[in-house]
Amino acid sequence: MNIVVCAKQVVDVGEIKVNPSTGKPVLEGIPKKISDIDKNAAEEAIRIKEKLKGKVTVITVGSEDARERIKEILAMGADDAVLIVPPEGADYHVISNLIAKAIKDMGQVDLVLCGEASIDMFSGQMGPRIAGAMDIPQLSYAFKIDAEAEKITAERNMGDKRVVSESTYPVLLTVTKEINVPRLPSLMQILGSAAKPIKVLKAPDMNVPDLAPKVVLEDVKGLAMNRKNLIFKDDLDQAVKDLAENLSKDGALG
Amino acid sequence: MVFVFSDNEKIAIEMLAKAVEISRELGSKPSAVVLGRDGQEKARKLVAAGASVVYLAGQDMDEIKAEEGSEILHSICKEVDPPLIMIGSTKTGKEIAPRLASLLDAGLSTDSRKLYVRDGSIVTERIVYSGNGVATERFASKPAIVTVQAKTYDPLPPDDSRGGEIVTKDIAPREYGSKILKVESMVSEGANVEDAQIIVSCGRGFKSSQDLKLIEDLAKSLKGYTLGCSRPIAADLKWLSEDHWIGLSGHKVKPKLYVACGISGQIQHVAGMRDSGIIVAINKDENAPIFKVVDYGIVGDLYTVIPKLVQAINEKA
Ligand SMILES: Cc1cc2nc3c(=O)[nH]c(=O)nc-3n(C[C@H](O)[C@H](O)[C@H](O)COP(=O)(O)OP(=O)(O)OC[C@H]3O[C@@H](n4cnc5c(N)ncnc54)[C@H](O)[C@@H]3O)c2cc1C
Ligand SMILES: Nc1ncnc2c1ncn2[C@@H]1O[C@H](COP(=O)(O)O)[C@@H](O)[C@H]1O
Repeated sequence: MNIVVCAKQVVDVGEIKVNPSTGKPVLEGIPKKISDIDKNAAEEAIRIKEKLKGKVTVITVGSEDARERIKEILAMGADDAVLIVPPEGADYHVISNLIAKAIKDMGQVDLVLCGEASIDMFSGQMGPRIAGAMDIPQLSYAFKIDAEAEKITAERNMGDKRVVSESTYPVLLTVTKEINVPRLPSLMQILGSAAKPIKVLKAPDMNVPDLAPKVVLEDVKGLAMNRKNLIFKDDLDQAVKDLAENLSKDGALG
Repeated sequence: MVFVFSDNEKIAIEMLAKAVEISRELGSKPSAVVLGRDGQEKARKLVAAGASVVYLAGQDMDEIKAEEGSEILHSICKEVDPPLIMIGSTKTGKEIAPRLASLLDAGLSTDSRKLYVRDGSIVTERIVYSGNGVATERFASKPAIVTVQAKTYDPLPPDDSRGGEIVTKDIAPREYGSKILKVESMVSEGANVEDAQIIVSCGRGFKSSQDLKLIEDLAKSLKGYTLGCSRPIAADLKWLSEDHWIGLSGHKVKPKLYVACGISGQIQHVAGMRDSGIIVAINKDENAPIFKVVDYGIVGDLYTVIPKLVQAINEKA
């Protein structure tokens, strides 16, 4: 079984602050990590490899510094990685076509796994776009997967419905956060990951005809939260009185 | 022709209101696509809601499979050439829209909150960084595709006398290697957090589902309550149905009062409730991120604090 996991390096959104003078979110200096659910996708890929044998390749489109983060997935048990450096201003159209091309160039790939959504953009676009570009079936929002040699079954959270679907290979799945708990690699595995290959590709060398974005990001404004931040502690009898008093003053008690 | 599609009729009707407005600007017409059975009846409602044309397709489909749904929409788009496609942001819509975008080589912006035309280009705004920012995105593609959440637009009052054309399309999608084996409706407890004025929410600070009794007591003392919860309570533990789930991947709420008990306040939860009037938290960890986003907070064990608070509120009332 040849498996591809698509994983994205993101800024840790929990650490973002809004700069009060520019009104923009400050992204410089914010720690980066692998988008949470992509680790669930990686975990699932590795479990399937453990069951059915095969190979797990990580693909990421991002800046060169994503290399360090990719190593975390190699340490978990992926075999190798492809890092694609996109052109400036690349959107989902461009990035999904780059990933689809990289997969095609790998030869036979049976299974592609993505997260249901990335934590910075939260679009849920990339998976179905890649499936569309590769013209393969897609099973999205999988919270339980059973992979066998000839077919794969997925239980999917479709909001007000649970849907069980199956597919032959090749197929693309997107997984939810609930599907598993990603493993923590051992120190040996972390050290071992340094020897695993990361191939770096530059978008212009990949023979993808259309590298012009269809969506242009014009501006990002920060949304700051201004709250009273009155915290009561220690004497809990007093604390509940203070809270009830304040809520009453605010007219929140009906 | 501006296109509207949703497997959720309410969202389709809400989007049509916007489609009517924006088609005027684009010199186009509002239209809608209905996939699946009982199309005629649904189509009439969409005409009453503003659609000039409704296309019916996939009439023999019980369930909409993303591969087939996007293929059918693609084939209608090729014929009609819409400048803008609006798709309801349900799970089904969210798996169809990007696949359709890829078939059309088009741009897609998900969960669009605002949509307008500037210098001939379609522009949209959406929340990014889990609620920390609003991005303005301009489309450089035709069509432009957006997905739209429930309650983004107010529907037009239905007008049954409106005329509109209903066109049936016979489009047989290709065979795909995937199939749907089973569909199970989820039990909903009928919570309507989106319209609630007072929400009391629980998180993993509760040790067992029986203990949610506590939060119901608190909710009752606050009158006119609705129960909310964090993702793990609905998705992992399944103590409450998903209509209670609040956050980035759950429901977006803006009650007058939001009380978070035993919720750490990770940004993905806050993304769903940050527009609330007053935010209150009870958490035993002084350093929990929730305390950064509250008006009032109590640092303490919820098992001690909630009963005391219920009493204090009852005394006030
Ligand atoms: C892409 C993505 C989307 C997500 N979408 C959502 C979403 O829509 N909604 C959502 O909620 N989450 C979402 N999450 C998950 C989110 O990141 C958090 O993991 C989740 O909100 C945590 O839930 P919690 O606060 O209930 O649990 P925890 O983080 O475990 O927090 C429990 C809290 O309870 C406190 N506590 C424990 N015992 C007590 C006690 N006796 N008394 C008082 N306090 C106590 C603890 O101090 C702690 O702060 C998403 C995550 C990702 C990656
Ligand atoms: N730049 C990227 N590189 C690799 N995979 C990506 C990238 N962006 C998104 N993905 C994958 O697509 C999923 C959904 O992301 P999104 O469409 O941004 O919500 C993620 O969980 C990843 O699996």
